[in-house]
Amino acid sequence: MTFPLLTVSWLLPLAGAIALLFFGNKDGRNNALIRWVALGLSLLTFAVTLVIWAGFDSSSADFQMVERHAWIPAFGIDYYLGIDGISLLLVVLTGFLTPIALLSSWGSVETKVREFSMFLLALEAAMIGVFLSLDLFLFYVFWDAMLIPMYFLIGIWGYDNRIYAAVKFMLYTMAGSVLMLVAILGLAYLHSAATGSYSFDLLKLYALDIAPRTQFWFFLAFALAFAIKVPLFPFHTWLPDAHVQAPTAGSVILAGVLLKMGTYGLVRFAFPLFPAAAVYFAPWLALLAVIGIIYGALVAMIQPDMKKLVAYSSVSHLGFVVLGICAMNMQGVQGAVYQMLAHGVSTGGLFLIVGMLSDRRHTRLISEFGGLRHVMPKLSAAFLIMTLASIGLPGLNGFVGEFLIMLGAFRWDPRFVVAAGLGVILSAVYMLWMLQRVFYGRIRHEDNQALPDLQPREWAGVLPLCAAALVMGIFPTFFLKPMEASVERLVQRLQTAQTFRVENVPAPRIPQAER
Amino acid sequence: MLNSSFDAVVPMLCVVLSALASMTAEAFRKKGERMPIGGLGIVGLVAAGVSTVILWNRNTTSFGVIAADNFGLFVTGILVIVGLLTFLFSSAVIERNQLPAGEYYTLLLFSIAGMIMMATATDLLVIFVALEVLSLSVYVLTGLRRDDPRATEAAFKYFLLGAFSSAFFLYGIAFTYGLTGSTRLDRIGAFLAAQALTGSPMILIAVGLLIVGFAFKISAVPFHMWTPDAYEGAPAVVTGFMSTGVKAAAFASFARVFLSSFEPFSADWVPVLWVVAVATMVVGTVVGVAQTNLKRMLAYSSIAHGGYLLVGLVSANQVGKASILFYLLAYAVTNLAAFGVIAMLGARDRANDELSDYKGLWHSHPMLAALMTVALLSLGGLPPTAGFIAKWYIFSAAVSAGYYGLAVIGMLTSVISVFFYLRVVVMMYMADREGASAPPPVTGVGMAALAVAIIVIFILGILPAPVMTLAAQSIATIF
Repeated sequence: MTFPLLTVSWLLPLAGAIALLFFGNKDGRNNALIRWVALGLSLLTFAVTLVIWAGFDSSSADFQMVERHAWIPAFGIDYYLGIDGISLLLVVLTGFLTPIALLSSWGSVETKVREFSMFLLALEAAMIGVFLSLDLFLFYVFWDAMLIPMYFLIGIWGYDNRIYAAVKFMLYTMAGSVLMLVAILGLAYLHSAATGSYSFDLLKLYALDIAPRTQFWFFLAFALAFAIKVPLFPFHTWLPDAHVQAPTAGSVILAGVLLKMGTYGLVRFAFPLFPAAAVYFAPWLALLAVIGIIYGALVAMIQPDMKKLVAYSSVSHLGFVVLGICAMNMQGVQGAVYQMLAHGVSTGGLFLIVGMLSDRRHTRLISEFGGLRHVMPKLSAAFLIMTLASIGLPGLNGFVGEFLIMLGAFRWDPRFVVAAGLGVILSAVYMLWMLQRVFYGRIRHEDNQALPDLQPREWAGVLPLCAAALVMGIFPTFFLKPMEASVERLVQRLQTAQTFRVENVPAPRIPQAER
Repeated sequence: MLNSSFDAVVPMLCVVLSALASMTAEAFRKKGERMPIGGLGIVGLVAAGVSTVILWNRNTTSFGVIAADNFGLFVTGILVIVGLLTFLFSSAVIERNQLPAGEYYTLLLFSIAGMIMMATATDLLVIFVALEVLSLSVYVLTGLRRDDPRATEAAFKYFLLGAFSSAFFLYGIAFTYGLTGSTRLDRIGAFLAAQALTGSPMILIAVGLLIVGFAFKISAVPFHMWTPDAYEGAPAVVTGFMSTGVKAAAFASFARVFLSSFEPFSADWVPVLWVVAVATMVVGTVVGVAQTNLKRMLAYSSIAHGGYLLVGLVSANQVGKASILFYLLAYAVTNLAAFGVIAMLGARDRANDELSDYKGLWHSHPMLAALMTVALLSLGGLPPTAGFIAKWYIFSAAVSAGYYGLAVIGMLTSVISVFFYLRVVVMMYMADREGASAPPPVTGVGMAALAVAIIVIFILGILPAPVMTLAAQSIATIF
């Protein structure tokens, strides 16, 4: 047996979280030690994810480094982990952002530091678990377990309206995911009806031939869970609350990784499990995505609160990802996966810097700032890079993903691209406008006169993000290459469904159910 | 060694003997003398547990009316665990709350004996006797705090409604006897299977009356009215005991009667139970949202959990039967842990069971708050806890039996229930300490028992396979 690298990657942060439990921390005596230990653990986890990347074979579309042990044999449930090109970089992204999130809390979280670090590490473990699971039951366990640490992070260390935001986040996500659980159970039952034994094995379920009508309902259940997570318009209302109320570290993780679990779910589960239904629903999902792109951009434009603005920009950007997935061709899906990573880096960075401003001034209102360029040139430069990355300037990470998505969507249905293109322009409007109001012009507010620029600790958080944005923009192939084979197989699978199954979908019946 | 025909009653006998012993001990206790009466009960319960393990897979029967089959033994095991945890929690609070130790422990033991009898009885009349033994003890336990008007009211209400339901149950037995000429479950089953009685009004009346009787005991809607008052009025340890032990025993018997004897008429009673299950889940969760007293809230939550158990009964396939057993175990441990925390925080003059009493518990009792959180998350069915696996198990039974609607309703109500469980968590972790009174110190025994319960919750949540196998074995021998 080879070294269980994947298990280590999620178990290490969890074990670290449990180990922190035994650090006495009466009245915050050991805060500094605990911070360093947590940071060390998260960096170690990042190193493990990098080792996984190094050992990954880009030419293969199969799941690699597979680990499989019987867990609940009576139901064919396995502890089944594996990684492919689609999940690989998301795991690396999770490993990359968690240390940054921990660093961001050094200045702002002073109470119950031990618990804070524990929850953040537990969250990392659950997120990595979500991306690695190849057993639907295991996936669901991680998917739901992830809610608990996030709930506490928002609810305890968040801003004024944190309790409302935390409860809303939890209930919204759960409401979507329980229906998915019913569909998962239904799938296992279908497998048992077809072969005589239950199975939650994703690959076996891929191979299952599911009646179009069943696909219709199961796809809806899966898609609802993921649409809430993404969040797709009109299921996005939890997101601004959660983002704005969460502490900076929570926002970084929420925007950087958590939202991607929704789009990842679409790519990994909803679309390939129910290809016929996916073909049927893709235009509708794409429509919602495009509405989200424009709606998110328009609402972002009028936000007085920087954090809320960035939150709504996420709604808009994630719309692009869903659009790319719905295109179901090579460029579209590859662009979507790339955009997931790019958005994680750039929006994570934006939240990080907004958090720094908010730590300094205890306000996030755009109108309270202005002319910050004069007092904090370095922070302004970092924010500029992140803004441009978020808009999608060529040479930075956002461009590659958006460009590929538009290309893919154009090959599928140009009408969507027209609307999405409008979203790109709008994103430039609201991001640059915020940049201008916050960093340029005269310093209008006296409190802003003496704000300190980036501290060494903050450099450690900002610099890797800026570097990642640049590298991802200049050398996209480096990141596109590992996912190529896996995406190609996925697209093939979907396109087979498109050509062979489309006539089997009982089209007259479904629109009735739809309306 | 006892005569072989006595084997099946040994677990029950152990408990009864320890009950008699503690009664005698109490009678000869000098005023003011301290006696470890609780220890006697623990000895009896451990003996019952050991004999349960020994009897496993033996399938012994005593007198033709008590069957120590694996199904009964599994439930007996749950009841022993419930009893042990209750004893440990009780020993932590009984002196502080000045409860009469002798009577208290004796009544607990007698009611556990009744529960074990009910879980293993295979004759309707014996089931009735068991029901009365356990109920009478529990009525008294509910009103144990004689000076508290709430407790007295609760006990009286519980007693009246309970007596009422017993009458229904007895009528059901009478009708069944009139139809089939026997009260033995196997003979009833054989008779009913041989005769084509479907649709006959007599059998429908008999089944209906029995359902009413059982529904009272498992507090299914619309026969749940007594539950919130009784649960709120009783001391927290007793509530924990009632909400798990009574439910487990009644459910075991319910499943045994309906899935064996009345199986031929499942087409008649399954739709009824479907409606009852939905009503129970919906009412339990929706009304639970509006509660401000924690015990009352958990009372509604336990009503809702009865609804989930009914889902398993409605599904009535192999998965469903095993899932009932697993669910009963997971629910028993979880709910006991939750009530254990409430009991630890209660004081003699003040129950500390209002939601607002939990404000900022995290700061004064971080361990208790963490344990309570785990118990609540398990009740809400979040992984990686026992509650999640149990719910998953029950609903996979529903889905595999084709009851998608039931599964969807159950899942959605469980999300609503998470809302009110989270309210407690919000109070404990996210509210300020202001206005809440300082809770009393917690004893080591109570803490250890709670810790054990929480560990069991996690084990059942992470490595459920062995217990699932046991549950599957349990149902293999009978139905």
